[in-house]
Amino acid sequence: MAAPMAGAGPGPLPVLRVVAECGRSRARAGELRLPRGTVPCPVFMPVGTRGTAKGLTAAQLAALGCRICLGNTFHLGTRPGPELIRRSGGLHGFMDWPHNLLTDSGGFQMVSLAQLSEVSEEGVLFRPPHGGDEILLSPEKSIEIQNALGADIVMQLDDVVSSTTTGPRVEEAMDRSVRWLDRCVAAHARPGEQLLFAIIQGGLEPALRQRCIQAMTQRDVPGFAIGGLSGGEDKGRFWRAVKFSAERLPRDKPRYLMGVGYATDLVVCVALGCDMFDCVFPTRTARFGSALVPWGSLQLKNQQFAKDFRPIDEDCACPTCQRHSRAYLHALLRSETAALHLLTLHNVAYQMKLMGSIRESILRQRFPEFVREFMDTMYGGRGGAPAWVREALASVGITLD
Amino acid sequence: MKMKLQLLGAGCGRLGTLVGLGRSGAGALALPGCLLYTRTGSAPHLTHDTLREVRGVPGVAQLPLPALAEIHDVLEEYKEGAAKFIGMPDAVLYCSLHDPVSPCPSGYNTNKTVSLWGSSGRMEMTVSKFMDIQRVIQPDWFQCISDGDTISGEVGRKRAKKSVDRSLSFLDVCLQLQEKSPELQGSVMFGAIEGGDILEERLRSARETAKRPVGGFLLDGFQGCAMATETKLKLIASVTAELPEDKPRIIHGVGKPDEVLECIERGVDIFESFFPFQVTERGCALVFSYDCHPDPETAVLTQNGAQDLEKIGAEENQDEISKADPEMTPFEICLKDKRYQDDFGPLLEGCTCYCCQRHTCAYVHHLLVTNELLAGVLLMMHNFQHYFGFFSAIRDALRDNKLDQLKNLVFRQALQGPVNAKLSQ
Repeated sequence: MAAPMAGAGPGPLPVLRVVAECGRSRARAGELRLPRGTVPCPVFMPVGTRGTAKGLTAAQLAALGCRICLGNTFHLGTRPGPELIRRSGGLHGFMDWPHNLLTDSGGFQMVSLAQLSEVSEEGVLFRPPHGGDEILLSPEKSIEIQNALGADIVMQLDDVVSSTTTGPRVEEAMDRSVRWLDRCVAAHARPGEQLLFAIIQGGLEPALRQRCIQAMTQRDVPGFAIGGLSGGEDKGRFWRAVKFSAERLPRDKPRYLMGVGYATDLVVCVALGCDMFDCVFPTRTARFGSALVPWGSLQLKNQQFAKDFRPIDEDCACPTCQRHSRAYLHALLRSETAALHLLTLHNVAYQMKLMGSIRESILRQRFPEFVREFMDTMYGGRGGAPAWVREALASVGITLD
Repeated sequence: MKMKLQLLGAGCGRLGTLVGLGRSGAGALALPGCLLYTRTGSAPHLTHDTLREVRGVPGVAQLPLPALAEIHDVLEEYKEGAAKFIGMPDAVLYCSLHDPVSPCPSGYNTNKTVSLWGSSGRMEMTVSKFMDIQRVIQPDWFQCISDGDTISGEVGRKRAKKSVDRSLSFLDVCLQLQEKSPELQGSVMFGAIEGGDILEERLRSARETAKRPVGGFLLDGFQGCAMATETKLKLIASVTAELPEDKPRIIHGVGKPDEVLECIERGVDIFESFFPFQVTERGCALVFSYDCHPDPETAVLTQNGAQDLEKIGAEENQDEISKADPEMTPFEICLKDKRYQDDFGPLLEGCTCYCCQRHTCAYVHHLLVTNELLAGVLLMMHNFQHYFGFFSAIRDALRDNKLDQLKNLVFRQALQGPVNAKLSQ
């Protein structure tokens, strides 16, 4: 397993090194200097919730070019528990993953498992879905678990509300997230080895986002996440909140937009100035038989693919497309888990390739052209890109057609 | 190039190699050996790159017919054969009539038809339909359609005789049809020897099938547990005695290590590898030893059936044992068991497979308990490698004249009840 890199000089090296910026939009290409190696950005991080990149081995995930992926503190914290993982050599040792890991705080489960949780100033009270005692996930507890898991980037515990929530609860959650950030920073036992990121909250309210950013940027954290979005809110309000947040976050620190993973959203949000992304979508949709392609997705369980002897994507170099046809995958999907793994391999490869192309285009000063080509391929035959996409891109100087 | 069986010599049992396999003629299979079990043309749970991490993968893969029959129309339109369709263009493929893992309900065969069972249910095969499908599969080897419905309960003489008569009649028609099929000129037909548990019928089937120009023989109807072991072994020995030395003998439905050894002693060459798959599906790992030459330091431990001194004397939890899968054999450990929750050793000490080199019992236990797909991947890699290693050890034992030692080692483990490599009784 690779040893973490030591920081040179009196203070820690800045995490983000901006290598190129798009002349028109707010997109930037760079490098994240992380404890277990440099990761090019913009970057998409596959999600391996329970210490596994789903059906893929660690070797397969690395072979696809992935150098950072996610583990989930809530799930791993309940099963098998931080102590056991600590004894396994941390999450890296447990999964045999030599590259970088990011753990979220466990906070998002507050929204997704809402019936089982109750929030107070102390923390979040969880009733685990698989039985067992109630757990109080406080900022201190979350950091303690994340310290044991040993990921290279750890996230503060934030008070997350659904993006469709309105009213005073949104403000309460934002203010509390700032207080919890301070508690997380104070509790963090391994600041030299693990980078603690703050998470900007505030729902869809610019004023709240503004206050949150003002407060959090006063804290000395190595990176910022934009949280509380991509939860089913109106796309028009989504992109505005992303843009508003990204333009007020410091230029020289990474901006991690949590939960964003559809291809179109990735392209738009890079244009709006985000550097890091994560989402269960590509790996989850693979397990439903859906293969991602530059023009959308193929539902391979559909009868139309039964005799389609082409690969998923003729231009894709992934192991699945190199060897198998849509027809074979269709047949295999009827009963074999191997089909799910083959699709997961392809979808992760697709995401890696997309981010690579985005980054390459920024480096070569042709990001706006890339965006136009991307949108054309994705929406060309369907009446053009959705309105929200056009508006979002236009707001940063990129016009389609 | 034609398939040839090269035996090493009388003293070594049927130790040898099958050469000249496949389209290229470059394929080979060491004997005694096993086939790679696949489902719809894929090693279970494994993609090409994870399968490649497994050492000792056999040169011939088994493709059960039912899954292919269900996509007959697809293969027909594809035209280029099953090997290419499944993404194994260079593999040598054996198409068996049934899937060894799927149950085959009794009572559906007739004088003119045999029923196959796939994921969409029953498919009734006539001889001509069967050969139509083989023409689009274009296998390297295939089992001739046969009536093996003699394995459920008491099989009377009449039913046993029928299985032989029908199978011979199917065989003769298939041989004629094969002659007229350009697509099947390179394919080797294996004749199925039937006859249930009636010695006379078994002998008749063996002698009559041997008269036909088949490339090899399949000992069918020995699946399941209806037949008493003694009867089974006697019949197998009697059957192989009637078969020519220079053609391979496959048996279906035999997978446990002790049974494999018994069959090899009685003239069987080739086995399936569905057994490691079944072990995987119940969340278990094969850990039986086949090392006849243990390190002197560990010799004492292996005699006691334990490989880790620290764990000797640990409490046996009776509740957990009774909850174990009833299908579990003495050759495996169940990773779902709570005792592995904090076991940071590999599944099997000294195993060089991907899983044992990089992961622990604790990790695999966690994956099983949280229902993660990766559990199946890692267990399949381990179980396949261990099983293929077992066959390699058999060949070594034959070569070194140590088969008795290997037998003793395996049979001792078969008797010790659910033996766990990390705990003594």
